[in-house]
Amino acid sequence: MMQAAQGKKAGDRILEMRGITKDYVLGEETSHVLKGISLDVRQGEFLAVLGPSGSGKSTLMNIIGCLDVPTGGEYRLSGRLIAEQDEASLARIRNREIGFVFQQFQLLQKQTARQNVELPLLYANMPEKKRRARVEEVLCRVGLEDRMDYYPNQLSGGQQQRVAIARAISVNPTVLLADEPTGALDQKTGGQVMELFHELNKEGRTIIMITHDRHIAQHAGRIVRILDGNLSEGDIEDA
Amino acid sequence: MLNFGMFRQSFAMSLQNIRANKLRSFLTMLGIVIGVASVIALITIVGGVTDSIMGTFGDMGAGTLTVNVYGTGMKSGLSDSDLQTLAAIDGVDGIAPSSSLTTTAAYGGKVYDKVMVDGQNAIFFVHNNIIAEGRGLTQADIDGNSLVCIVDKTFMDKVLYGSRAIGQVVRIGGYDYTVVGVKGESNSLSGMFTDTSSFDGTVIVPYRNAMRMSGQKDVTSLELYMIEGADAAAVERRVRAALSNIFNKAKSSYMVVNAKSLMDAMGQIKGMMSTMLGGIASIALLVGGIGIMNMMLVSVSERTKEIGLRKALGAEPNRIQAQFLIESVVLSVLGGLIGVLFGELIALGASAALKTTFTISYRAIALGVGFSVAVGVIFGWAPARRASRLNPIDALRAD
Repeated sequence: MMQAAQGKKAGDRILEMRGITKDYVLGEETSHVLKGISLDVRQGEFLAVLGPSGSGKSTLMNIIGCLDVPTGGEYRLSGRLIAEQDEASLARIRNREIGFVFQQFQLLQKQTARQNVELPLLYANMPEKKRRARVEEVLCRVGLEDRMDYYPNQLSGGQQQRVAIARAISVNPTVLLADEPTGALDQKTGGQVMELFHELNKEGRTIIMITHDRHIAQHAGRIVRILDGNLSEGDIEDA
Repeated sequence: MLNFGMFRQSFAMSLQNIRANKLRSFLTMLGIVIGVASVIALITIVGGVTDSIMGTFGDMGAGTLTVNVYGTGMKSGLSDSDLQTLAAIDGVDGIAPSSSLTTTAAYGGKVYDKVMVDGQNAIFFVHNNIIAEGRGLTQADIDGNSLVCIVDKTFMDKVLYGSRAIGQVVRIGGYDYTVVGVKGESNSLSGMFTDTSSFDGTVIVPYRNAMRMSGQKDVTSLELYMIEGADAAAVERRVRAALSNIFNKAKSSYMVVNAKSLMDAMGQIKGMMSTMLGGIASIALLVGGIGIMNMMLVSVSERTKEIGLRKALGAEPNRIQAQFLIESVVLSVLGGLIGVLFGELIALGASAALKTTFTISYRAIALGVGFSVAVGVIFGWAPARRASRLNPIDALRAD
């Protein structure tokens, strides 16, 4: 039913970062937010990027998610160099390679669960019949088969995040990129969301999760720590 | 680039947005509604009125001069010899003096006191094809002051109760007149501006009989028919010269109206009106367009977060732009359609009140809809472009 991103075998290197820097110029001052980050992510990994606020983890997430381009260094996603791409092709790369899961769910309030999940498929130009079937498939996968025509405000936080996860996996992206996915949920529903992540990972899906919470990060198979714009492998206690 | 599912979704979403912000959408559309409605109503009303007037002049014929006499202290109108002078002018085919009054008629033991009596000459019937049944007045009727009349439909309905009119005898102004013809419905100016419901109808009699009834000695109103192919301007000059002679150069005592020059003037007025309406339309649509642009700008800034999300999910800039353009076009076309509806209703009401013909002008509708599409695209462009250029990171962070 649910298979990992097409054409990729477990262990293939899908994300490659070499000496990534990101500078922000504010007036006369330049702040170096990322100071040469190198990172490899392989197909089927569940990676947590752990870091406090201000560590540069949001900037790193934006670059991984192709919402932003690095100032220096080389970033390859599925072998493609993400640099000097124009806005339109970045949008297409995001559509096909990245499935975003946000802390605040980011669902369109005036659209049903079904319509929200349909959005990336519309941007991927999937034909209507296939699209409808796929929407139902992923909503069933996250356990919302009886909530498909509900609006976000008729759903609990956990259910809303499940809709967002269904939306993220609908186009079968290379990477599921989650930004503090349990940040707006209580411990119990947060745990359920993490359980879902585990299942998706077991099915072969690559997951990168950005978080400041060590307990949440423990769910991942691999943890990298970001502090002051530098990346290091392993949790603090491992260091 | 924009597939059908996308288009349908954008369309459905713009309707959702319009419904979700009913008052704001209504106020935004109002400019377009008023603009399009007023243009459609004015175009239709002006078209109907000018068509009716032109039609009347057309009935009069291009080779017709209308002479109205106001008279001087010495001379109140045209005598028989004056009429002969006018009839003898080179290029004149004949003259039709006319005289009208309101008097009483008696039929079937009842008296009707609001009957219009219209005195005409035989040649009037040669040049005006108004007889629906029976016959018009002949030269013999005129020469012999025959007691015959032609009645209109109103008279038939109100006085003769729809019974067969021809052969009936009606007492008009103290004489028994035999009905010899029935006048058809006409689309005339006098019909347009008078309320016939308060009249008991019209009877047409030989003009001298009508003059006798009203105690009028001289002719004050006539139509003058030219020979076909005559030089209208030259004939008009000769008629004016003859009248000037008759009234001792007192120019203000008579008026000569040329149907053709009136029609030309009407055509000019119609052209001017169209230009003016075009001006009003562009101002109204400009104002409406600014309203749409304002609403779209508000909408873009309210939905910054949504735009950011869509971009994150893979919407290319031109899809975002297309989505907002569709919204502004839907908004303005909706306004345009409501405007067309109101405009046609206003025109329908006006044509009923003015008794002009009402025709739905498909050109005007196409114009209204076409303009509103153009307004939607032109004034939606800048807000849509702004939306498409938002930085997804900043947009997602917005609240």
